[in-house]
Amino acid sequence: MGACIMRSLKLLPVLILLGTSAALAQSPTFGLGRTPTTQEVRAWDISISPTGLELPPGQGTAAQGARVYRLRCARCHGSDGTEGRAPRLVKRERPADTHPWNLGRILPIRAPYATAVWDYINRGMPLNREGTLSADEVYQLTALLLHWNELIAEDEVMDPKSLPLVIMPNRDAWAALPDWTPGMPRLLGYPH
Amino acid sequence: MGSKQPDRRAFLKRGAALAGGLTLGGVESAVGPEPASGQSVEDQSVEPDDYSTPELIAYGKRSRHVTSVREPVNGRPSPDEFGLVFHIGTPLQDQVGAITPSSLHYFGTTRGSIVPEIDPAEHRLMIHGMVDRELIFTMDELKRLPSVTRLHFIECAGNRSSSRHRTIIESHGMTSCAEWTGVLLSTLLEEAGVQEGGTWIVAEGIEEVKGASSLPMAKAMDDIIVAYAMNGEPLRPQQGFPLRIVVPGFEGILSVKWLRRIKVVDQFYMTYNDYGHLRRDSDDAALSYQIGPKSVITVPSGGQQLPGMGFYEVRGLAWSGGGAVARVEVSTDGGESWFAADLRGTPQRMAHTAFSFDWTWDGSETVLLSRCIDEIGQVQPTREQVAEFWGRPGVRGQDNSIQPWRVESDGSVHNAIA
Repeated sequence: MGACIMRSLKLLPVLILLGTSAALAQSPTFGLGRTPTTQEVRAWDISISPTGLELPPGQGTAAQGARVYRLRCARCHGSDGTEGRAPRLVKRERPADTHPWNLGRILPIRAPYATAVWDYINRGMPLNREGTLSADEVYQLTALLLHWNELIAEDEVMDPKSLPLVIMPNRDAWAALPDWTPGMPRLLGYPH
Repeated sequence: MGSKQPDRRAFLKRGAALAGGLTLGGVESAVGPEPASGQSVEDQSVEPDDYSTPELIAYGKRSRHVTSVREPVNGRPSPDEFGLVFHIGTPLQDQVGAITPSSLHYFGTTRGSIVPEIDPAEHRLMIHGMVDRELIFTMDELKRLPSVTRLHFIECAGNRSSSRHRTIIESHGMTSCAEWTGVLLSTLLEEAGVQEGGTWIVAEGIEEVKGASSLPMAKAMDDIIVAYAMNGEPLRPQQGFPLRIVVPGFEGILSVKWLRRIKVVDQFYMTYNDYGHLRRDSDDAALSYQIGPKSVITVPSGGQQLPGMGFYEVRGLAWSGGGAVARVEVSTDGGESWFAADLRGTPQRMAHTAFSFDWTWDGSETVLLSRCIDEIGQVQPTREQVAEFWGRPGVRGQDNSIQPWRVESDGSVHNAIA
């Protein structure tokens, strides 16, 4: 950490110099490309980190989400998220087995972070009308799915601060991918 | 040069005459009255006029006698009731050599997708996040950068054989191999300057779901290609026109198409594509990441019919996500004896390698097998070995198990998975 700060301090004068010509910056070796504007970056920066870094301003509750759901989702997912042609959104009642991997491939159950639910709805829904939900509506629908699966209360407000704090059932039950390095076998001992 | 001019003029004149002939075809045609509809031309024998159609001059078509086509995987309608196109398999039984023709390359999407219509003049690639210099490139700028041209397969992690599959297109059709041209992602990342702590990238497309995948920086700096061409021409729309990444040897979904953005980040981002590919078990997860050593006999394969006993060249394809194919072995007696197959050309890293084996069939029932050994020593397992590893029947993770084809005494060929 100390080394990082030292490094940053050393770079400071360079950064100040760069700041004046940032709008004209090109790649150093080939002199191609340009610096994107802040607006350009913000418009495309839609992959949401588990920490919620990229979440836009907005908020919503499950109660508000119920209205948006009726208008935008119920046609395919059914009136309560358990029927319809599209995938089920609510876990099945299985009192004997509450392990998230035994409750089916249901978005709010399988997703390890609540931010993944927001991300999925924001980029992928409604089918063939992607990109037509406002940020508030995505917060509202995320809150509704979390409430239906008994993860938050009906009046709990989801926003950029509260959403990443929701502890999801699959938070620690998924397997990380291997720490990949070039030339490694995919799995030692498989199957010999 | 000057002496060539008269020839060229003569050719142009001849071309004009042929074009004229085409419009007068109804009068001059030797086959009789002009068909009421252009469609029925298909049914006629080939006349000289057919060689002058604008279609054949501008962009060549294959012979009308060659009918090999792709098929929707597992009989799932495509497009489906939502109008979405799902996985479509390559007719491997007809493939000759290592390269899959672009028109026959398998096609898969995250959840089903409508192929976007993208104007390359408007398309941009942004490199941002934990970099010293955020950059945005036009397609023309990307094409000015140093490029590479490499042969790589792309295989869907869902490409798994089962006893239900009758033909190779069903059991193995979701792998294809093309010659890809583009800029190494490492070139672009070095231009942008990756900051300390930048350990992952998120690659994202521009299509309706903005399909995105997380990839480790080690892979990004190793061999990922930001590709704009395949098999000598721009990418096909289904393959990501005008820009995609090719992630050599990793499961197909990671090779993000219609690419518009690379973000350098500090952790696995659990994006749209990543979420759907989570695994509970770490061994299972590892097997879904890098494709294992794999091979399959394409001729003879399920659904084919041998006309009789005698000589056959057994043919197939081998590949591995671990590097180049080192060796392929073939058994024509159900696995009792194995012999080295002939490899076509020099095997390339993470690329299909065609192989062949001379075989004289004595007319008795037998089972044909092939297995791939790659350059890092990984050996393609049998389904029995895989079941033993997991302690239960079936194949978990990406399936690279040995495919058995049973040849009956009547010459019919069947999938021999029990």
